[in-house]
Amino acid sequence: MADTNNQVAEQNIIKPAIRVENLSKTYGTGSSAVQALKDASMQVQPGEVVGLLGPSGSGKTTLLQCLGAIIDPSGGRITLGGDLLFENGWQYSDRRTLRRDRIGFIFQRPYLIPFMNATENIAFLPMLQGKSNKQAYKRAEELLDTLDIADRAAARIEQLSGGEQQRVAIARALANRPPIILADEPTAPLDSHRAMSVMQLLHEMAAKSGTAIIVVTHDENIIPVFKRLYRLRDGVLHEEAGEGRGFDYLEN
Amino acid sequence: MISLAYRDISNSFGRYLLTGIGLGLLIGVTLTMAGVFRGMVDDGKALLRYADADIWVVQQNTLGPFAEPSSLPDNMYRGILAIDGVRQARNVAYLTLEVSHGDHSVRVMLEGTDTQQNLIPLTAGRPIMRSHYELVADERSGFKIGDRIPIHRHDYEVVGLTQGMRSPSGDPILFLPLKDAQEIQFLKDNDAVFRDRKQLETNPKLNPPNNPGLLDAVEQNLFSNHRVNTVLVQLMPGANPRQVADDIEKWLRLTAYPSDEMEEILIGQLIAMASKQIGLFLVILTIVSAAIVALTIYSMTQTKLKEIAVLKLIGTRNILISRMILLEAIGLGLIGFLTGKLAVTYWAPLFPKHIVMLPEDTFRALLITLVICILASIAGIRAALRIPPGSAIGG
Repeated sequence: MADTNNQVAEQNIIKPAIRVENLSKTYGTGSSAVQALKDASMQVQPGEVVGLLGPSGSGKTTLLQCLGAIIDPSGGRITLGGDLLFENGWQYSDRRTLRRDRIGFIFQRPYLIPFMNATENIAFLPMLQGKSNKQAYKRAEELLDTLDIADRAAARIEQLSGGEQQRVAIARALANRPPIILADEPTAPLDSHRAMSVMQLLHEMAAKSGTAIIVVTHDENIIPVFKRLYRLRDGVLHEEAGEGRGFDYLEN
Repeated sequence: MISLAYRDISNSFGRYLLTGIGLGLLIGVTLTMAGVFRGMVDDGKALLRYADADIWVVQQNTLGPFAEPSSLPDNMYRGILAIDGVRQARNVAYLTLEVSHGDHSVRVMLEGTDTQQNLIPLTAGRPIMRSHYELVADERSGFKIGDRIPIHRHDYEVVGLTQGMRSPSGDPILFLPLKDAQEIQFLKDNDAVFRDRKQLETNPKLNPPNNPGLLDAVEQNLFSNHRVNTVLVQLMPGANPRQVADDIEKWLRLTAYPSDEMEEILIGQLIAMASKQIGLFLVILTIVSAAIVALTIYSMTQTKLKEIAVLKLIGTRNILISRMILLEAIGLGLIGFLTGKLAVTYWAPLFPKHIVMLPEDTFRALLITLVICILASIAGIRAALRIPPGSAIGG
């Protein structure tokens, strides 16, 4: 009876969106080997936004590329929404499909496809997933509406402002409803006001969609808004409590 | 599904179109070179076609009358007519010279022939009816019916026009009576005649006091011309051209070429050097075109490496990216080919040389263009496939 109760209790616990255990990555072999990640462990809950900090060369990009199924970790374990992704090798043979369906990406610059308009940039992902054009465009319109740029739906990329482009990039990352989004310095090219507005947007989207977001940042202004932070130094990952300040703290 | 190639082309259509047009002009030059070569072959064949001879009889041991000079007495045709199997034989004299009419000056080939037979197909006017000072001109000469063309001492009236009559060098042909052509070919100017007469008069062996008729006889022989360049022979039905040619060579001590051998001389030998040169130009132009297409496609890919990395990162399959590059390359080739074809169509008549565009050459050029574009796109596709998706992340 006690065992049954424990099982029920385990099932009721919300599974983390992503759980990383003892992840390591070594570049090269022998005397020239460089250990970029050393037994890194982290977990992020659905709807949570965490910051990932660290100086240049600390291993942030390596960690992001491991989590994004872009490069192969040397060891450790990655679980995504309860599904084992990596342990002694990738559990999914087609990592491109894995990225397309289950991981969203936001980059330092929006890197939107310049030959598609705003709607097409978003709708392209569901189309890649095999959704019909109608379903894909409907999803894109929903996201444009949620992100308050519906009036720019047909605009060409060069006609959008920097902030609008970053919103389209966020919408694209959310298009396939991934459990996790990896954001690589999404506020880097923005001034503090716009950076804060993007951070607010990411928190709102995470809360609405239940998507976990890991934000790599150097931006001192936005660090105080995180409730939880991970800091990387020489490949070693530490968890820290954040200040969790409001998005208007700079103005106050 | 969104077509990446269509979207990319539409996004920068102006630049894409200009690149295609630039490539098209290069393809146009290549097509023109092929057209010049075909024109040379056609010119050679045109002469054979309208001459309508089974055998060409020329001076012994020469490749005349076009590849080498050939001179025959104009009464030789009688001996040829006596050869078994010969139905008809006619004298022809050829010479190339520059003729002028008003401001218009053009290099032409004169063909002196037996105008009684009216063998020249006319597009306008009438055949030559008088024995002297009338001619039929090819339209490409620019002369019109009624024009009076001064050639040496006499004016010749254009009475008829013909089309497609060109020498192996591509010069338009003027047809005129044989006697006129012989006179033009060998006639000396007045001063030269005067000087020659003086020289003869002072020679006591040619002007002896007791024989006043001798000088006249010598002068008459010296200042008239009874030679032609070739005799064109038509055979009786069933006669073997090689056999008859052998008989002519054996009995008359001349050289005779059946028409297929004359075609070999005209096409194979006379324009062999030019065709090799043009062939080499064609090869070089094709290689240059291929290199330019390859570089263009490669550069087009290089300008969107980051976007391709992002496309790969978000899960776009390689086949979609490869198809985008391939379709863009093929599109570029098609624009280039259409531009080239249009350019040749419009600029070919401006060339002094006769340019012939055969449908099979056009089709071959299209095929080569597409193959080059497909091969060139491989460089771009390779570059695109080599981009790691991770390059979209980080600085």
